[in-house]
Amino acid sequence: MSSLSTRHKVELIAAGFISLFFIVIFPLLNAHGMVSDFTINLWGKYLCYALLAISVDLLWGYTGLLSLGQALFFSLGGYMMGMYLMRMIGDLGQYHKPIPDFLVFLGWTELPKFWKPFSSFPFAFSLILLLPGLLALVFGFLAFRSRIKGVYFSILTQALTYGASLMFFRNDMLMGGNNGFTDFKFILGHDLRSATTQRGLFIVTAIVLLLVYTSLRLLSHTKFGLVQRAIRDGENRVLFSGYATAHFKLFIFVIAALIASIGGALYVPQVGIINPSEMTPDKSLEAVVWCAVGGRGTLVGPIIGAISINSLKSWASRAAPDYWLVILGGLFVVVVLLLPGGIVSIPARLKSLWQRVTRQPSA
Amino acid sequence: MNNKYMLTVEDVSKTYDGFKAITDLTFYLFEGELRTVIGPNGAGKSTFFDLITGRAKPDKGKIEFGFDTDLTELNEYEINRLGVGRKFQTPSVFTEHTVFNNLVLSLKGSRGVFASIFKRHSSTDRDRIDELLKLIRLDGKRDWKAGQLAHGEKQWLEIGMLLAQDPKILLVDEPAAGMTDEETHRTGELLISLAGKHSIIVIEHDMTFVKQIARDGQVTVLHQGSVLCEGKFDAVQSNPKVREVYLGRGKSNK
Repeated sequence: MSSLSTRHKVELIAAGFISLFFIVIFPLLNAHGMVSDFTINLWGKYLCYALLAISVDLLWGYTGLLSLGQALFFSLGGYMMGMYLMRMIGDLGQYHKPIPDFLVFLGWTELPKFWKPFSSFPFAFSLILLLPGLLALVFGFLAFRSRIKGVYFSILTQALTYGASLMFFRNDMLMGGNNGFTDFKFILGHDLRSATTQRGLFIVTAIVLLLVYTSLRLLSHTKFGLVQRAIRDGENRVLFSGYATAHFKLFIFVIAALIASIGGALYVPQVGIINPSEMTPDKSLEAVVWCAVGGRGTLVGPIIGAISINSLKSWASRAAPDYWLVILGGLFVVVVLLLPGGIVSIPARLKSLWQRVTRQPSA
Repeated sequence: MNNKYMLTVEDVSKTYDGFKAITDLTFYLFEGELRTVIGPNGAGKSTFFDLITGRAKPDKGKIEFGFDTDLTELNEYEINRLGVGRKFQTPSVFTEHTVFNNLVLSLKGSRGVFASIFKRHSSTDRDRIDELLKLIRLDGKRDWKAGQLAHGEKQWLEIGMLLAQDPKILLVDEPAAGMTDEETHRTGELLISLAGKHSIIVIEHDMTFVKQIARDGQVTVLHQGSVLCEGKFDAVQSNPKVREVYLGRGKSNK
């Protein structure tokens, strides 16, 4: 038991230092010109992806539910934020009209009714939580009540996100069609094009990630966490022990959707664009690869995976743009075959290897 | 032992895609009874448990718990909460959890999502787990992952998990499978000691084991989904119909 608590202490201290670095030091370095605006913006994007990866892992690594629909919740959060940002453009768009450019282009002269409340940030913020939350609740309720499991659950979630992307690609959805939303100007009165605003968004993202990490860490130590992992390892036993496993899975599915959605809402003002390609199934699959490479079934794993793979992607898209998908696929195969525990399992592996090496001479 | 029914199964039938798994089965279990159920493969023993525990619904017939609780209307976890515990044929424990946590999850108590988030172990919980660990002889391995246990130990852990739920009825499917003779014997003693406090149905193939636990209690023989005969162990063993069913299939199960 004592070794467990020292491990927790180490983890706590490490998490504390890393958070301090991202929340305080990194932005300070940026303010003093030692870290470029481009870099901090890029890292802001990685941290949003980390939230998406955590939402995948909460379902896949902790509960055994491989959801291929998390990109949908991420995008919905992004779209809700995007609608607010579109309204904040005001009449500064290309057409200098008080409604978003794409609506002018489609022949609209007045704002469609459902767009109107999005001028209010509190409204947009509550929808960032409500819309994906409700969708997850309804979809999860139906899927888990019908006891849809394993690969069927994966296929169904993938179909959900694919269907949604087709819907959003349509112009008459009035959500910007395949171009989506872009050309944002202001958030809460701050200019999105200024380095200070972007730095602020980075700090907010880092804080949100820390909060999500901490609460999920606490949750995993409760009896709830035990039930969750027990469902992964033997759902029948849980069911025959008197737990309504469907309720637990539904709760986790909704929480995961909310985490992904918040990640998406933070992502959009930092990258400056949201379009339906963000909710295609391959985006979800990418997040699954981040999880696998980082180490599923841990909370640090998806964060490490999201950051490392996306850094690699940023590098590869400059150095070898044609080979990126080959590199990603190869990496996934290598990890699955040779390092099933992902990057986070490397220290333990090295340790056991070291023990074998040092023990051998005496044996 | 009084004559109160703990479980009533009357005229129950169940077909799977035209295959008659259970046909007009009638079965009564008294309170505190230890009943052994035997029968050749495909006799419907597992389906019988599936029907009681809510995993499968009967096509017709009545399944009641205690006086008048209709089990056919309830699902697995509701039936479990009433006090029906089931041990599977292959040990089903939570392999990634410690032995201790396997028991924590099984302890009687609230099963809700939100209750589980705010649940803390009380000292009575710990005492109860300690007691169970001694009973199933795993007190030295409480911090082991259940997946690291030997096969027989997993069987015992699963029995411990059932007991932690403090069920009224224990359904035990081949508890001695994969155990050494000594472990089998100990399992038998454990089950005998539990009878009276709990009502137990044991499905078993191993006749030495059946003889040990049946003592002078009732043994039910299932064949092709219905009760072939019921009686004391010796009577059942010498019943010509039973011999034919077993021997006729080339299985001697001495």
